[in-house]
Amino acid sequence: MRRALLLAAAGVIALAGVATAWAAPQWLVFLLTLALAKGVVVLGLLLLMRTGLVSFGQGLYFGLGAYAAALLGHWGGVADAALMLLAGTAAAVLTAALLGLLLAQYRAIFFAMLSLALSMILYGALVKSSALGSTDGFNLHAKSFAGVALAAGTERRVLLAAAVLAVAVAAWLLHRLLASHWGRLSAAIRDNELRVDYLGASVYGVVYVNYVIAGGLAGLGGGLAALAVGHVDPDITYWTTSGEFVFIAVLGGTGNVIAPFLSAAVFEGLRTLASQFAPNVWQMSLGLAMLAIIMFLPAGLWSLGKRQGKAA
Amino acid sequence: MSPILVAEGLHKRFGAVTAAADINLAFDDRTVVSLIGANGAGKTTFLNMVTGYVRPDRGQIKFDGRPLVGLAPRAITRFGISRSFQVPQLFPSLSLRENLLVAEGIAGAAKEADAMLDRFGLGPYADRPAGLLPEGIRKLLDVAMALVGRPKLLLLDEPTSGVAADEKFGIMDLVMGAASQVVVLFVEHDMDIVARYATRVIAFYDGRVIADAPPDEALRAAEVRRYVIGDEVRHAPA
Repeated sequence: MRRALLLAAAGVIALAGVATAWAAPQWLVFLLTLALAKGVVVLGLLLLMRTGLVSFGQGLYFGLGAYAAALLGHWGGVADAALMLLAGTAAAVLTAALLGLLLAQYRAIFFAMLSLALSMILYGALVKSSALGSTDGFNLHAKSFAGVALAAGTERRVLLAAAVLAVAVAAWLLHRLLASHWGRLSAAIRDNELRVDYLGASVYGVVYVNYVIAGGLAGLGGGLAALAVGHVDPDITYWTTSGEFVFIAVLGGTGNVIAPFLSAAVFEGLRTLASQFAPNVWQMSLGLAMLAIIMFLPAGLWSLGKRQGKAA
Repeated sequence: MSPILVAEGLHKRFGAVTAAADINLAFDDRTVVSLIGANGAGKTTFLNMVTGYVRPDRGQIKFDGRPLVGLAPRAITRFGISRSFQVPQLFPSLSLRENLLVAEGIAGAAKEADAMLDRFGLGPYADRPAGLLPEGIRKLLDVAMALVGRPKLLLLDEPTSGVAADEKFGIMDLVMGAASQVVVLFVEHDMDIVARYATRVIAFYDGRVIADAPPDEALRAAEVRRYVIGDEVRHAPA
C-alpha cells in the first residue's frame, strides 16, 4: 500500500514537473532545471553520507560532466542534448572508477580533503587550459534531443522535462538501492566497519561502488547544469561549488531521496531571492538559513515532513 | 579425526610485551574450549591472530588444512570462522533486526535472521536501535550475528563480561544451545562459567600455555591456581 502511494506520488510529481516545463515562465524553468541538476549531485552525496563519508569534491564530477557534455559539441560537433548528458555521465563514471581505487581507502577528514584536493587539481588544469577557454570557459548549445530537432525557444523546456524524468529514474533506483541489503550494508559501514569486515563483507568494495555511483550522478547533474546555463567555466569545479552541494545535503537531510531535490529547490529559491533583495549580503542570508536549520532541524528539511506526519 | 584448527609455533610481541611465545595448539571438532588467563596473558591476542586482526611474528595457523596467516578477517570469516567481541561490535543506528539482516545478507543465509531472533529470544527488542539495548541483549546480539553465517568455529571474547551476575548463566545457556553444532573457543574470567560449559581449558600466562586439560584438572593445576585464579584458589571447586 505504502509502496503504491509512493509510486503514485512520484508519478504525480513527475507529471507536474513535465507540465511545469511547458507552462511555467522561463525564469522558473531555468531555476527548476538548475535545482534538479544540483539535486541529483546531492543524491549521490546522500549515498556517500549513508556510508559515513562526506565528499567536499563532488565539484570534480559536476565539472567533468559539464565539460564532457560541452566538449562533445565544441570538439565533436555533436549538438544532441541526450548524447551530451550521456557523455557527461560516462566521463564522470570512468573518472570516479579510476580515482575511487585510491579514495575508497580513506575515511573521515582524509576522504573529505583528498576529494577536495582532486577537484582543485581539475580546477587548476582548466584555469590554465587556453584550449578550453581558461577562466572564461566556453558556450554550448543543444539543437536536438535524442535525434528530435528542438524548435527555437523550447530548448530549456525540453531540458527540464528530460531532467525531471532522468532524476526521477535516478531517485527511484537509489531509493531501491537504499532499501535493499546494499543500503543496510552501507549504513552498517557508517556505524562499524570492523564488524562488517568480521562478518565477511568487503568494506572497500562497498565504498568504491558507492563512490562511483555518486560520481556518475554528479556527472549527470553537471551535464544538466551545463545545458541549462549554456556555458561552462572552471568555477563549477571550484571548492565552493562542492561546498554548496554539502550545504544542500545538510539543508535537506539524508532521510529520503526526495530531500536533495526539495532542499536544492529551496536553496536556489533562497539564493535568487537573497540576490535580488539583499545583493550585498546574500551569502549571509544563506548562512543564517543554514544556522536556523542546524539549530531547529538538525536532521534537515525532510524531518519537518516527518514531524508533521507524526503530529497528524 | 584430524583437528579443525591448528596453531604451530606462534610468536607475537608488542614492544617489550610477549603476547604469544611458541604457542602450539590443536582443536578437534565439536569441542567447547575455554581460554583463561590474567589480563595481558595472550588470550585475546590468540583470538586476534586466528581471525586475522593481528599477524603473528612467526608461526602458522591452519583451519581445515588451509593456512590463515596473512589473510584479511573477511577472508577468514568466509572460511567459516566467526567471532564475537568483549565490547559488542554492533551497528548502533540500525535496529536489532537490521543488525541481523546485515549479517544474513553478507552470509547469503536466507531466513537466518529470523531464526536467530527466535533462538535467542530477541523478538521483543527487534525494532529497537542496537545502540539503546541493555548490555545483556547487546552481548546476545553480538553472538547471534556471528552465528548467522553458520560458522564451523565460533570465537567468543568474554561473552559474559559487563553482564549482571544473575544473567551470566542464562546468556551462556542460550549461546551454547545455539552453538551446539560448532567448535567454540571462549575467553572467560569467571571460573564457574568455565567449569560448567568448557570441555577443555587452556590457561595462558605471559604469552605461554601453562595448562591444557579438562576443566577439573586444569583448574586444579598449581600454575593455574597461582597465576590465573590467584586468591580465588580458596573458593575453587574441589
